[in-house]
Amino acid sequence: MRFAFFPGCVSRGGAPELYQSTVAVAEKIGIELEEIEGWSCTGAGALQESNPLLGDTLNARNFALAQRMGLPIMTICSTCQGVMAQAKVKLEDEEYRAQVNEILATEGLEYTGGIQVKHMLWVMVEDIGLDKIKSLAVRSLDGVFLAPFYGCYIVRPSAALEYDEHPQRREALELVIEALGATAVDNEGKTRCCGFPILTINEKNSLAMVAKHTGEAQDLGADAMVTPCPLCHLNLDGFQAKAAKQMGRQINVPILHLPQLIGAALGMDGPSLGLNRHIISAFDVAMKMGIRV
Amino acid sequence: MQANVSVRRFNPDEEAPKSYDQEYQVEVEDNFTVLDTLIKVREEIDGSLALRCSCRASICGSCAIRVNGHAVLACKTRVSEHLSDDGSVRIEPMGNQPVIKDLVVDLNPFFDKIRAVEPYMQPSMPEPEAEYLAPNEVMLHLVDVMGCIMCGACVSDCTVLEVDKNFLGPAALAKAYRFVADTRDVEDDKRLRMYNEYGGMWDCTRCGECTEVCPKGVAPMERIMALREKAIETRTPAGSYDGATYGYRHSVVFEDIVAHSGRLDETKLVVKTVGMFNLPKLLALVPIAMNAAFRRKIPPLIHSRVPGVGQIHRIAARINAINKRV
Repeated sequence: MRFAFFPGCVSRGGAPELYQSTVAVAEKIGIELEEIEGWSCTGAGALQESNPLLGDTLNARNFALAQRMGLPIMTICSTCQGVMAQAKVKLEDEEYRAQVNEILATEGLEYTGGIQVKHMLWVMVEDIGLDKIKSLAVRSLDGVFLAPFYGCYIVRPSAALEYDEHPQRREALELVIEALGATAVDNEGKTRCCGFPILTINEKNSLAMVAKHTGEAQDLGADAMVTPCPLCHLNLDGFQAKAAKQMGRQINVPILHLPQLIGAALGMDGPSLGLNRHIISAFDVAMKMGIRV
Repeated sequence: MQANVSVRRFNPDEEAPKSYDQEYQVEVEDNFTVLDTLIKVREEIDGSLALRCSCRASICGSCAIRVNGHAVLACKTRVSEHLSDDGSVRIEPMGNQPVIKDLVVDLNPFFDKIRAVEPYMQPSMPEPEAEYLAPNEVMLHLVDVMGCIMCGACVSDCTVLEVDKNFLGPAALAKAYRFVADTRDVEDDKRLRMYNEYGGMWDCTRCGECTEVCPKGVAPMERIMALREKAIETRTPAGSYDGATYGYRHSVVFEDIVAHSGRLDETKLVVKTVGMFNLPKLLALVPIAMNAAFRRKIPPLIHSRVPGVGQIHRIAARINAINKRV
């Protein structure tokens, strides 16, 4: 199974442990990842509001580069997934695609439409399969309670993300958590916003969201939260202590990246998954999973 | 088929009013809407259940409620599509709005916010005898946003309103866009300054909940993004609210960074957004940056560009030329 790998800016910046754990886990499972050479930022929704045409053209460029490799795209970022899915829908309009392709033409690139873009979470459920995941798990996660947290862009808009065609996407994170032997802790915040996009704009509101969701997960008895979105991770992990202080309560919930959880169940060790690189220590949950950090 | 309907109830006339869930077992047909189901409960099982409805045809916007945690119009939603494997469905009043009784919420805060954006046309031309006329083609793009029936579904599920009641919210900001984008209205500058204030357009997180639940295709989040695009285009100066400055700069700096190096440089984005000489803001970030550095999570100080970044530069330059022509 081969994919044109789109890591996204944050896994190459503020969340290097995500990149590290993805590469390690992919190798273990047998997913061949061929990184798209020269991939660019998707725009993360921010570029789409200041210069939509540039946003769409950069996504079309990434799609064209992947098509040249003859491979579907796999990403590890909910935000990139959502932005690429929305760009793909816009570029299905032939007239608009022709306009964008005219810009790309002088670079010798063309996007012909119909690219497949899949988050690693969906690859696990739809391509690898839950039975295979179960069979690969060598470390028991029995008794480990994990609260799923999706990230907005992998949930909405559901039409662009093809939820009707793939109904399992609605509960993909819970399915993976349970397949690995842990217990998914249902929580109201799991499909809500982590607050990251307004962190520099309205920090008070952003932190209130962090405290609301991490506090809920803690109150429900979760040992950790699991997210397929590195932007959510930056906020829920990096700003959790400040958020708790603002709310006036104690919160201490480690936030795991999806491949870190998978790697843990597959028997990999803490440092190779970057579990020692979190702001909120993952020591306790790692011990519960039987891993040294 | 039988539906096990769990309804969140609230009676303000009780001595110590408190919300609670009540279960009803009701026989429903395949084509029953949630509203049909609730009316059957009220008429055949429990006459004390309070709900609001009128047209039963998704036009009046009276019957918005939450079904399994998401806002919908009860009259537009088939109950059979929302029953779990054991035939149950969870019904609640809309979120982010005070409950009057059971499924009926107080819409006064909703309309206060609509009024706050000055939802009426402010043209410069002398008042005509009949309508202010406009050619069809300049109004067509407003058809969807003008389709708002003010049901409150978008406000119910707004993630910002959950933590900040001051936020104008998706319905009011979509209405604001409707007038900014109307060629007959000449108060764009005043309006954009007003929507730039605290609780305005920059406080939206772009989570997409409003667009997902809107039953009329208004797509409030896209209108908020279009308002921001207008503010950036017209270089509308920030209001008294710091966040407007940061929101505006965040978008502009983000574009600059991506057009320059092809990828996001998180350090530069934060520093240039808050301002290189904004010491209080920058110092507040030091403990978090040190914590990240200690765990080797800090992005490289010298940001590497995308291989073959010249291609991105040329694409950005071509698009700038196109945008200037439009």
